[in-house]
Amino acid sequence: MKLKSFSIQSEPEILPIAEGQEPIANAPFNSERHSPWVKWSHWIIAISFFALAFSGYVILMCHPRLYWGQAGNDLTPALIELPISRNYKHNGWTNEVAFSAAADSPRTASRTYDIFNQNSWGRSLHFLAAWVLLGAGFLYLLYGVASGHIRRNLLSGAGAAESATVREDLLEHLRLKVRSPTGGPQYGRLQRLTYAIVVLVLLPLTGATGLAMSPAITASVPFLSSVFRGHQSARTIHFFLFVALMIFVFVHIVMVIRSGFRKQMRAMTWGQKG
Amino acid sequence: MKASQVVTRRNAIIAAGAALGGALVLRRWGAVELPPTYGHLLRIGDAFTYGAQRALLSHRSLAQEYTRGDICSFPATGTYNPAAMPNEKNSSAYRRDQQNGFADWRISVEGLVARPGSFSLADLKRLPARTQITRHVCEEGWSAIGEWTGAQLSRLLDAVGLLPAARIVNFHSIDEWTDGIDLIDAFHPQTILAYGMNGRDLPVPHGAPVRLRVETQVGYKSMKYLTRIVVTDSLAYLEKAGVFKSGWSWHAGI
Repeated sequence: MKLKSFSIQSEPEILPIAEGQEPIANAPFNSERHSPWVKWSHWIIAISFFALAFSGYVILMCHPRLYWGQAGNDLTPALIELPISRNYKHNGWTNEVAFSAAADSPRTASRTYDIFNQNSWGRSLHFLAAWVLLGAGFLYLLYGVASGHIRRNLLSGAGAAESATVREDLLEHLRLKVRSPTGGPQYGRLQRLTYAIVVLVLLPLTGATGLAMSPAITASVPFLSSVFRGHQSARTIHFFLFVALMIFVFVHIVMVIRSGFRKQMRAMTWGQKG
Repeated sequence: MKASQVVTRRNAIIAAGAALGGALVLRRWGAVELPPTYGHLLRIGDAFTYGAQRALLSHRSLAQEYTRGDICSFPATGTYNPAAMPNEKNSSAYRRDQQNGFADWRISVEGLVARPGSFSLADLKRLPARTQITRHVCEEGWSAIGEWTGAQLSRLLDAVGLLPAARIVNFHSIDEWTDGIDLIDAFHPQTILAYGMNGRDLPVPHGAPVRLRVETQVGYKSMKYLTRIVVTDSLAYLEKAGVFKSGWSWHAGI
């Protein structure tokens, strides 16, 4: 998660050495290496993210309909129906019966179809992986704030003045022009922005929307449910955050390969040299 | 090197903080029995979720309640019509009950209670009624809002008197399912034995004559077609029955 290529920049980037900190003697080009915290949390989060994505997809297959609002089910209109399992539009229902004589009465029906449902292990795997990601993510943020990694390497250059360079950087990326890796946290402009959004916005929001689906947690913390406009809205937002994160992971891996897979993997594991 | 010394000191501070935090959480967990994992890796996360929720969440907060206008269509899933089950003995008993409007239906309360007994539908209706419009959250991913009327489980448990060793309340249904909840959920004000839904008698697909409503848990904990309540001191019985045997988590957490 912490590694990506460097874009071509018109001016040489000033290497981010913290005040009062000696440059590391052995490192070539005076550049900072990825810290062990970043490397460990990167791989633990990577593994738990894939476990979450996989189990989340299995859970979604059980009910591949998305809604907006407090509630939604097979007898109410869907926002989106995803053709991703045999449960898609299965129509295995008894005739609908109204709860009352009123014309607009809510209705009920019994399901007669044997649905695909692997949530017994799917949900448990999802929550186990979420705990692992939460632990590693918490330690990463603790390190990131304490060491200044987040301020120096992710948030520096935030602001309107930087938007032009981000645009340039984006165009370079779209042309698949990538600089070879430096083996450390000297990220490019677009890369910094992307990491900051993933680490500080997308992942925390995915966790929060996940918690907003819990009956126990929303009873204690009703704000979680109301801020996302209800249980089903939270579920739908959770799904689109998952899509955004999957796009990030895909682009991330493409950039790692484009910029030099072996060098990048060495830098993110036990390698000392970029 | 200077840089590595800084990291080492920081490591020590963080490790001490994490250990302290962990100890505080574990101390609060000590009050609650954690669900067993049976050596199943996945269940470790569920046990952790249960412990964290019991340590961090309020035990008495009410789940959101809605207005009549929010009531929506409500599918009936996960159970079959008890009048047409493979077990003919139970099926014919249910049909008999159904034919006379569940006038002969009784629910027994036994186990670690001072005054075990059985209660008719009329007995339950004599207890103070609670009506709540709540959201049913199914583990499958859907949800529905419905109005439920019933007796608070806490009133019934108070009437029979729990013995000091009581920890878990198990429920048995005519369709031979078993699940249980801890005393925190059992005494939650919104945990009711519901006999009414959306202003009418509870319909058969939704668990007639009486179902459980546990509004702080996912839907499958709100068991239908209740026949028996057994108070126990552990989760041991559940290992061999219902929810565990089918591979489902006892505390589904989220």
